Amino acid sequence: MNIFVCIKQVPDTETKIQIQSDGQGIETSSVNWILNPYDEFAIEEALQKKEALGADKVIALSVGPERVTKALRSALAMGCDEALHVETPENLDSRQLTQALARCISKKGDAGLVLLGKLAIDTNEAFLGAQLAQEMSLPYVAAVSKLEVQSPTSLELTRQIEGGVTETYEMTLPGVVTANKGLNQPRFVSLPGIMKAKKKPLEKIDLASLELSDVPTKSVYYDFTMPPAKATVQMLDGDHSVEELVEKLRNEAKVI
Amino acid sequence: MILCYAEFDQNKLKNSTKELSSWCLEQKQNFACFGFAELTPEQKTDLENAGVPSYIQMTNTGDSYSSMGWGEALANLVSAKQSKAVLATSNTQTKEFVAAGIYKSQGSVVSDVIALSLDAGQFKAQKPLYAGKCISSIKFEGEGPVGILMRPNQIQVQTPESPSTIQIETFEASPSAPGCVLKISVKGSSEKQDLTEASRIVSGGRGMKEPENFKLLEDLADTLGATVGASRAVVDVGWVAHSMQVGQTGKTVSPNLYIACGISGAIQHLAGMSSSKVIVAINTDKEAPIFEKATYGIVGDALELVPKLNEAFKKAL
Repeated sequence: MNIFVCIKQVPDTETKIQIQSDGQGIETSSVNWILNPYDEFAIEEALQKKEALGADKVIALSVGPERVTKALRSALAMGCDEALHVETPENLDSRQLTQALARCISKKGDAGLVLLGKLAIDTNEAFLGAQLAQEMSLPYVAAVSKLEVQSPTSLELTRQIEGGVTETYEMTLPGVVTANKGLNQPRFVSLPGIMKAKKKPLEKIDLASLELSDVPTKSVYYDFTMPPAKATVQMLDGDHSVEELVEKLRNEAKVI
Repeated sequence: MILCYAEFDQNKLKNSTKELSSWCLEQKQNFACFGFAELTPEQKTDLENAGVPSYIQMTNTGDSYSSMGWGEALANLVSAKQSKAVLATSNTQTKEFVAAGIYKSQGSVVSDVIALSLDAGQFKAQKPLYAGKCISSIKFEGEGPVGILMRPNQIQVQTPESPSTIQIETFEASPSAPGCVLKISVKGSSEKQDLTEASRIVSGGRGMKEPENFKLLEDLADTLGATVGASRAVVDVGWVAHSMQVGQTGKTVSPNLYIACGISGAIQHLAGMSSSKVIVAINTDKEAPIFEKATYGIVGDALELVPKLNEAFKKAL
């Protein structure tokens, strides 16, 4: 069986974001692209659990323009065996993206486990895993911080959710899991790793060959704006700064 | 009909759900709340006080939560009610089962919504992108239902003048058996509200100097009825648990009041809290980037100022 890791390339957190003049998106030319940080946890976990799961290969896949091959090369340098790249324009609709990933995975075949990062830090969306699991009719657990292999077809998954609740799941494979911070410590890419990655297979897949069905309802992102400007900070000083702060929170900001 | 997912903390209807019902009432929309358990008398009263006209209790959905099982149940309900929208609070479970259910219903979902409007039957949402560095509007094209996952503390809760008399119905959802079972669910000892839903947060960073000094923040939080958060730096060195981390690889919060104590304000931290309504920054470095995002700032040592602030709040509250 194979382990698939779906990865996304995202703008570096430090990158200055500029909006296109038509307001329909962001300027991508000056963006520094990185592998989505949560995806590193997913890749690391796949590599660590490959043996226990008796997997033949760890296959990284990504959907997007030519630039995403860089993220796939990083995945190969970390230790993935193969990479698949579905070439598409920027901003594929989420349903088409889900279908593209699902078709690629079933084309390659023998999926035992599909791993993703908990969320993509650019759009902050965290439901690709749920959609993929639905599309592939597989069980799903998001945002796990502990993954234990009980047998090659069964996992014990632990996660923390809102309200200080810790949940433990038992999943029968094949299944879909997304990775949270704390799951592992992703390895640094080594120079020999980078050299080896150059020789590993990176297969290009034509979007048209996947024969995606029409998209019923889609969400269209438009009218990008900068966040409303914050009023300049009021600096409080002197001996009574604390009392002044309390007074302002009560009478000016009206939050207490 | 719009379906709102009702969430409770023990017997109390969560404020984040009241935000959803307030929105539906204000928009004069035909709506119902739904959930996966039988209501307790207190929960029923809370829903009535919030003006909720009806509650749909899903039955036969198994003994415990399952992302795909609940997703399928929701898809069945959406189909039965010919629902055009599902509203829920953005959290780990809704990002699973609402996303799965809406996808199954051939619809489209958007999370972390900070503003929602309805014009001539068309939903329009707004959400922050790229670590809050810009905001995008989202519209929906096509026939399927839309899933809107709202961030807490975005909608003013309106209490209706008179409570509703709630209609309760059951809906036999009967999803197929999931390949995944929730075995154990343990609630932590903290009685505090979760960071993502808290309306007040007191947060600490490196400037707190020692993990023990987080006690000062807890004391202040107790006075304010706030929840304690932390920066990534202090989580990474092991002072506090990852569940307390606010920021890009932690939690995204949007309280009415965020007090940052000894936090410099790295981009990755700002990404998680810059949408807070009022931000107070306390830091020894007057050049710290946190002051650029703050509403009020005090240059000084958090270790000295936090106890003083606590005393001042105690007097005022």
